[in-house]
Amino acid sequence: MKDLSLHILDIVQNSLRAKAKLIGIEIAERPEDNQLVIIITDNGTGMNQEQLENSIDPFFTSRTTRKVGLGLSLLRQNAEMTGGAFRIESELGKGTKVSATFGLNHIDRPIMGDLVGTLLILICSPGETDYTFTYQTPFGKLELDTKEVKQMLESVPITHPDVRSFLKKMLNDNLKQIQICE
Amino acid sequence: MNKIKNLADLRKLQSEVQSKIKIRENGNTPESFIQIKVAMATCGIASGAKETMMFMIAELEHQGIDAVVTQTGCMSYCYAEPTIELTIPGQPPVVYGFVNKTKALEIIEKHIKLNEMVDGIIPVTYSNIDK
Repeated sequence: MKDLSLHILDIVQNSLRAKAKLIGIEIAERPEDNQLVIIITDNGTGMNQEQLENSIDPFFTSRTTRKVGLGLSLLRQNAEMTGGAFRIESELGKGTKVSATFGLNHIDRPIMGDLVGTLLILICSPGETDYTFTYQTPFGKLELDTKEVKQMLESVPITHPDVRSFLKKMLNDNLKQIQICE
Repeated sequence: MNKIKNLADLRKLQSEVQSKIKIRENGNTPESFIQIKVAMATCGIASGAKETMMFMIAELEHQGIDAVVTQTGCMSYCYAEPTIELTIPGQPPVVYGFVNKTKALEIIEKHIKLNEMVDGIIPVTYSNIDK
């Protein structure tokens, strides 16, 4: 993965496949601890103990179409390479939480990349999954809840190009305002 | 300082878009649209599926072509990522492999606009990739 936004897009695919109806994406920059934390939570089907233990094994997957499952192991590798940490918790029937901590100023930390593009692909999709997104920096906090957005839009679909353009501008402006890292 | 857009501004947009939608309400069922599913598993993402999807959304919108572009899971053609499944209304779906921006534009210009298939089709036998 070239950047962190691609990791986020990838990990969220696991939540979607687990039939999650609500997915949380939380990013926090903590310069005082030199940390960048990414937490993805979902209320999907969750995993049993055996699946959980195997989840970071690149040669384990719950899919039947192929033999490898690289998403979590690549995220773990990238996080640990920057002096950070990786953690996954899951409970069958309740959901899963993936946390990755990166060294914020570590030379090997992948760049954030096109975070807005990732969010738009996820948020502006026709499925029934809702998302909460928060990004905290020392300069402020951005919060977005797609349930709130859909309520405001009433019968207008969130996939509409004009809505997509609006959200793109809004996210870009607000992320610039809180001065997110590269 | 630039004015920051916030969700309150979305209310204004909502009424504008609502009136546009009413005009073209007839025949607005998903089956009447061209559908494009972009495989968005780890292999797809690492190969550029995100760029392909964003390019297709922007290009189709730019050309005024009504299409539904969505992400989907693994199509199991990891060697040929990014892959897309294109469904023209009334026709069986077609899977294309190695769809970078150049190939995506070719698919739009020839397959979608002229109904002429282009190189890069992965021969598959399935009824639905969601299975």
